[in-house]
Amino acid sequence: MSDSVTIEVRRYRPEQESEPCWESFEVPFRREWMVLDALNYIKDHLDGTLSYRWSCRMGVCGSCGMLVNGEPLLTCATYLEGLMPGPIRVEPLNGFPVVRDLIGDLGDFLEKLERVKPWIVREEERDVSEGEYLQTPEQLAAYKSYAMCINCMLCYSACPIYELEPHFIGPAVIALAQRYNFDSRDEGVEERMDVISQQDGIWSCTFVGECSTVCPKNVDPAGAIQRYKVRATADFMKSMVMPWAKR
Amino acid sequence: MDTSAYDILVVGGGGAGLRAAIAVAEAHPQLRVAVLSKVYPMRSHTVSAEGGAAAVIKSVDSLEAHAYDTISGGDWLCDQDAVEAFVDEAPAEMLRLEHWGCPWSREPDGHVAVRPFGGMKNQRTWFAADKTGFHLLHALFQTSLKYESIVRYDEWFVTKLLVDDGVCGGVVAIELGTGKVAHFLAKAVILATGGAGKIYPFTTNAAIKTGDGMSLAYHAGVALKDMEFVQYHPTGLPFTGILITEAARAEGGWLLNKDGYRYLQDYDLGEPTPEPVLRSMELGPRDRLSQAFVKEREQGRTIETEHGDVVYLDIRHLGKKKIDAKIPFVRELCLKYQSLDPVERMIPVRPVVHYMMGGVHTDLAGATPLPGLYAAGEVACVSINGANRLGSNSLTELLVFGARAGAAAAEYALERGNPPAKLRAGARDEERRLRRKFLEKTDGNERVADLRTEMQATMEAGAGIYRDRAGLEATAEKLGELQDRIGDIAPDDRSLTFNTELISWLELCCMLDVAESVIGSGLARRESRGAHQRTDHPQRDDESYLAHSLAYRSNGNGARIEYLPVTVTRWPPGERVYGR
Repeated sequence: MSDSVTIEVRRYRPEQESEPCWESFEVPFRREWMVLDALNYIKDHLDGTLSYRWSCRMGVCGSCGMLVNGEPLLTCATYLEGLMPGPIRVEPLNGFPVVRDLIGDLGDFLEKLERVKPWIVREEERDVSEGEYLQTPEQLAAYKSYAMCINCMLCYSACPIYELEPHFIGPAVIALAQRYNFDSRDEGVEERMDVISQQDGIWSCTFVGECSTVCPKNVDPAGAIQRYKVRATADFMKSMVMPWAKR
Repeated sequence: MDTSAYDILVVGGGGAGLRAAIAVAEAHPQLRVAVLSKVYPMRSHTVSAEGGAAAVIKSVDSLEAHAYDTISGGDWLCDQDAVEAFVDEAPAEMLRLEHWGCPWSREPDGHVAVRPFGGMKNQRTWFAADKTGFHLLHALFQTSLKYESIVRYDEWFVTKLLVDDGVCGGVVAIELGTGKVAHFLAKAVILATGGAGKIYPFTTNAAIKTGDGMSLAYHAGVALKDMEFVQYHPTGLPFTGILITEAARAEGGWLLNKDGYRYLQDYDLGEPTPEPVLRSMELGPRDRLSQAFVKEREQGRTIETEHGDVVYLDIRHLGKKKIDAKIPFVRELCLKYQSLDPVERMIPVRPVVHYMMGGVHTDLAGATPLPGLYAAGEVACVSINGANRLGSNSLTELLVFGARAGAAAAEYALERGNPPAKLRAGARDEERRLRRKFLEKTDGNERVADLRTEMQATMEAGAGIYRDRAGLEATAEKLGELQDRIGDIAPDDRSLTFNTELISWLELCCMLDVAESVIGSGLARRESRGAHQRTDHPQRDDESYLAHSLAYRSNGNGARIEYLPVTVTRWPPGERVYGR
């Protein structure tokens, strides 16, 4: 295999160019390198102005999601080897305003996350002195997969609805809402259902399932959305048939 | 944006910072809290912690046992009053996290489950499979969103503490996205910026662990305590340095040398048994295990690889079912980053820099000697970790002392008037400094990355698992050279929009300060204790050094070292006994 590879990076420096452009860098190819290692090589040795986020480089902090050859991926978990002989194209994730180079503005996600009350909601909070809420392994399993979301934004980048309907609250936020809805300690499901119901976007979701396909942590946001729709439809039917019943 | 209207500033949005902010918000909702973090909080390095968090909850266990394990594990350098407070408050803090939604692993009957861990004589480590830090951080972050009094400034880098008349009254920070430099005035500041593993070349630490808070305090005249004690975790993946959690050994994994021999039995750590035995063999403390690796290497019994010498961590006998249930992240990390399945193959591992036992000098409340300045978590040194931290105490520490620092800072803030307006000038001075030293600098010959690489190499050479005077002195000299050369930096990037090179330069400046304090403290401590092993002074010397090192910044001459006696309450210094 070749001993170097071309990395084509989508650059955008608002102070010096009005439109994004491409720039190519030749970096050494090493079998154990991830795409992120190649970007770090560029930054350390070729061009200190290249800008991107990264931190843990073990696939858990969620910072380094980018489009690699058009696919949303964690660059710290994507080997160069699988993309050889190159060139390898690296771009910022879709769906987020580009601040600079490979860095997107995540403000929209954070605002939406807060809206679904991603915390344990209870009518009465138990005092710590009364010990833990019991939760069997089966009850834990009921929400655990949704709790694995690292907020890497790959699902937003892949979502065809979010791109067209920016009001859509989006796959990860719905998965995180469900993470609490299915938690046996929580009593906030109705408040969250109200928040999500206000979003038209969810009904446009066509189960393409791109969000679940790209999720690096197998969270299955598409499944979370599906389960939300089933419940919302059942609630709606119930309110039609038994308008006196509490949801 | 009025950045000056806060009562309390928290610098750092990881576990300790969020816990501190929530502590303030719960007790005093009228106090305005700002959390400034150089990354979005959920990116903080707490996220990477794997194995678990220690707190006594089972009836067979006791607070005394947790305290003794912690103190003996720390080679008697822990302050015992701090350890007693820590073990006492740990269970309630863990339960609080449970109430906030942390998905702790459970027993079949629904109670929280615990697992064994290194250096602990009872099972007391709470765990959320092996992504404990991840779940803990997200539970704290998501819970923090419900408090209206907490305002976040994400992606702001704090460059300076504002101090007037011996009192800390705020910070200056730069917004990454815009390059805007602003002052934040407040009645109290809590540092919660984590550790500094990136001063070394091979570390489990994330890229962001650059000792920023330690450097801020050091420059404000606050001592850095016990900085020579740097923890090498015995099981990192070669090349990446990714941590393979101690839980892998707690669940029954073995460490084998090139002959397939469980070599720890040769290092006074007990006899090999098929099932794990607490405080024995693979469940010995991290310092002793990392030191044993070096001795094995010297004997030629490690395995050479292109990324350094390794030994093997063998978990195959645990079987796929147990691995997937108890340590699934170990398997995920090995498959993804080492291209091997630990169900079928042994994992190559080597010691890797993991944790700073030392940090900003605080008392039990998290208060530093500088009025108005607090610190909690890895950035701080209370000290409960002494000369060697026990696995699964650090997550608990950031909860207990994050909460304590938040509570103490709030009480302090309630008593204080507003900080003097003249502190605002600090932002203008900082802006000028950043322009002069970096953004408008047109000359220079040095690159940030080159200096960083040289610093990391000299730290490993002079202040690794074993040290001696000659090596420490050579590193001290090299660090002095690097301090000079950083003034000759040649920036590539002069942009105000998300200038990551500027941030890297600021981080490197911080790391050089931290490195200086490690070396200064290491040179002065002429004994071997815990993680500080001097081959030229191989014995522990309680007569001279049952004391904390306090490293003070002294312009251009390395650190000035003073000592503070260790607080001993109930456990007089004794021998560290493992496996017998």
